Amino acid sequence: MTDAAQPAVGSVRAPLTAQQVAMEARLKKRHRAETWFKAQGLAAIIVAMVFLVVLVGRIVGQGYSTFETHTLSVPVYLNPERIDTSDLEGVNYDYIVAEAMMKKLGVVDDDLGLVSGKVMDLTSRDLGFQLLNMLKADKSLIGKTITVTGPFKADADLYFKGEIKRSTPQEDRKLDDQQLNWLDQLKNDGSVKSGFNFAFFTHSDSTEPEQAGVLGAVVGSAMMLLITALIAVPMGVMAAVYLEEFAPKNRWTDVIEVNINNLAAVPSIVYGLLGLALFINWLHVPRSSPLVGGLVLALMALPTVIIATRSALKAVPPSIREAALGVGASKTQTVFHHVLPLAMPGVMTGAILSLAHALGETAPLLMIGMVSFVPGVPEGFTGAATVLPVQVFIWENASERAFHERTAAAIIVLLVFMIVMNAAAVILRRRFERRW
Amino acid sequence: MLTWLSLLFLALFSGAAFMLGKRRAVKTAGGAPRVLHSLPGYYGSYAALWAGAPAALLLLLGTTFGGRVEDAMLQAQRPAVVQSLDVDRQDVFFSDAQAIAQGIAPSEVTYEGELKAALDVKVAEARRIENLVRFSVLGLSGVLALSGFLLAFPRLSADFRARNRVEGWVGGLLMASSIAAVLTTLGIVLSLVWESWRFFQSISPIDFLFGTVWNPQIAMRADQVAAEGAFGAVPLFAGTFLIMLIAMAVAAPVGLYSAIYLSEYANRPVRSVIKPLLEVLAGVPTVVYGFFAALTVGPLFRAGFNALGATMVGGPLDGVGQYLMEVQNQMALVAGVVMGIMLIPFVSSLSDDIINAVPQSLRDGSYAMGATKSETVKKVVLPAALPGIMAAMLLAVSRAVGETMIVTMAAGLQAKLTVNPLDTVTTVTVQIVTLLTGDQEFDSPKTLSAFGLGLTLFVVTLGLNIIALRIVQKYREQYD
Repeated sequence: MTDAAQPAVGSVRAPLTAQQVAMEARLKKRHRAETWFKAQGLAAIIVAMVFLVVLVGRIVGQGYSTFETHTLSVPVYLNPERIDTSDLEGVNYDYIVAEAMMKKLGVVDDDLGLVSGKVMDLTSRDLGFQLLNMLKADKSLIGKTITVTGPFKADADLYFKGEIKRSTPQEDRKLDDQQLNWLDQLKNDGSVKSGFNFAFFTHSDSTEPEQAGVLGAVVGSAMMLLITALIAVPMGVMAAVYLEEFAPKNRWTDVIEVNINNLAAVPSIVYGLLGLALFINWLHVPRSSPLVGGLVLALMALPTVIIATRSALKAVPPSIREAALGVGASKTQTVFHHVLPLAMPGVMTGAILSLAHALGETAPLLMIGMVSFVPGVPEGFTGAATVLPVQVFIWENASERAFHERTAAAIIVLLVFMIVMNAAAVILRRRFERRW
Repeated sequence: MLTWLSLLFLALFSGAAFMLGKRRAVKTAGGAPRVLHSLPGYYGSYAALWAGAPAALLLLLGTTFGGRVEDAMLQAQRPAVVQSLDVDRQDVFFSDAQAIAQGIAPSEVTYEGELKAALDVKVAEARRIENLVRFSVLGLSGVLALSGFLLAFPRLSADFRARNRVEGWVGGLLMASSIAAVLTTLGIVLSLVWESWRFFQSISPIDFLFGTVWNPQIAMRADQVAAEGAFGAVPLFAGTFLIMLIAMAVAAPVGLYSAIYLSEYANRPVRSVIKPLLEVLAGVPTVVYGFFAALTVGPLFRAGFNALGATMVGGPLDGVGQYLMEVQNQMALVAGVVMGIMLIPFVSSLSDDIINAVPQSLRDGSYAMGATKSETVKKVVLPAALPGIMAAMLLAVSRAVGETMIVTMAAGLQAKLTVNPLDTVTTVTVQIVTLLTGDQEFDSPKTLSAFGLGLTLFVVTLGLNIIALRIVQKYREQYD
């Protein structure tokens, strides 16, 4: 820059030359471009953050209501005429509950059973199951009146939560005006209680939204992740130790290295195809079991564990190795007594992060048959199981509106698990990482 | 159960070998461990390894491949009655025989007359073979354990180099683990190529790669297996490409600009907040993005376009308005945009690393010449980082092409050859999922075509990754 800055210093401003005027104009333009460019960068960051907020906000907004539920307490008269003591399983308990409800609501069933049908649409079949279990335990209850407490059907629950509104035209909602009146009546006489939805965490998948929970999926995910961790972490660490500390630098190890980098970028669905062809069709590992899921995810997590371990090993300074060798340790002793323990925080961080990634993986599991409906906790490592992300996928496909709410809630559970794992990794890194 | 018991027993035996070996080493040294070549523990480990490792390996192989061996032995002899059945039915016959032998519920097929008699024979044979395989594995591993120990134990003496031997074992184990990564690749390639080869026997690869009609559901019927054009994958490639383009149109500018802002403009506190938040966005499972696309972005876009269409109807753009009114949730645009959001943190973190790797001296030189910050970025930093950024974009493209859940949940199933982002398209990954979930007969071209698609996908993404790595390697050192 020549004398462009000079005039400003002098007390008497000399008239600008044409060249200087042009330069000032150019400078202004350049500074405008500068501001504009910076604004673009800032806008990009804001856009990304808005996406994050909308994504998380939408899911929490859709899902949080699942954690609240409404239960109904109703005194039920166990009418001996309706209960055949020789065949307790065959009794229509839903109707007995409906009778009790009608009595409470002060309505009478018509000949076609339309009223009782409408009443039955309000309460969960869980109430009937409770009656069955009580009677199985104690037959002397017949003829007495007992009070049972249980959830509403999902649609009634949605009405209490304000998701189904009275202002919607009757044809467009699942419940008609009469049913809504009944629900209001129940609420007003105090037989409806709202509380935390424990059932969501103690039940497994079900065809009835109000009885569907994530227990089976959480247990399935945990079992699968256990298999993945037991295979991928030791194997990944050993492979990385070999490549970083022992392997000669030659063509063969170059091939392995390129190979691992490429494996890390192979689409996850391809691992699903591998699992289907290799584990299921060739080795006959049971379909949709935590075992086969864990094996597939282990193969998927292996390259990332190797890469993370290698960088952790690289970060250990050579002086440590030289000192150990200097006092007479063998190569193996140096690695296992000194280098690996020092690299352990980095290794564990990498391992946890890749397991967290495996926890959220869905696509390869669809290939190995995990989309089936599993109404319970998996029976062992070779039994049919479902896992959290697949549960999300299955519920998202369900048509009932109540399942959408539950899908978002299952996502919240999944995200909580992932956040815990990521936080553990971050803490591990902060706490134990050493700068050399 | 039996395997677990025998593994436990083997562990105990191996532990005993350790104690014995250690004691023998100390004893041969005359009670003075100082004269031993290695620490006493190494002698014990040497004995324990020989006693335990080969037998454990055999047990492991036995449980993994025992089923295959049993299948082969059972199917080696096929009675004439069975041979008269279809190939598919033969498989059912044998799997039923095994199921009955193991006490698992067989299929619903009923067997009568001669076939029933043949089944009973095979059931008995299956039981016999199962026992034979199981006990020969157990017996053989017992022999291995014992002979391993007997081989190793007499060698233990004061000047035996036990440590070197044990370290040899450890080295072998480490090397075997690193080969597992290569075996995974080999497994992927072999299984994809093998199943695709079976597929290409009924459908020509030319028809598959260049055909423009994709309709595998129709081709399910036996008489239409060879129906021409039913397995033309071009619409899938086009759909994948369209969604990838939309995703990159979102992810590339947003990701790159945020990387530039973070590395060149943002101060430390801003960076320390934004970077972890971007990592959160990167850590969100794709199924969550799929849910977001299907239930939030899809309806939102549809409502937006429908409203826009409503304002146009009756005006000069009546046709466009009518079309917009008809737009559905499952448009390419929705899947593309959400996939773009997913890729933002990926692009941004890769670009951030690359921009940070540009030496500070280049920037300082530019500032010294009087350039503004944005001029430095545009004229100096970005050209220097260009190869790396290209590679990052290619990796993002590869991710977009292989991404499955978002498109499965938010894009459609109709294979259409279109460039209209408001239309519904399908992608390679969606079709793989659709073809392989639910009931599958494994030999139909319908199921096998999924492997053909998988192979194409693998080759394309591998190609992109290799090109990206090459670019990085080739231009990396230029500024170091």
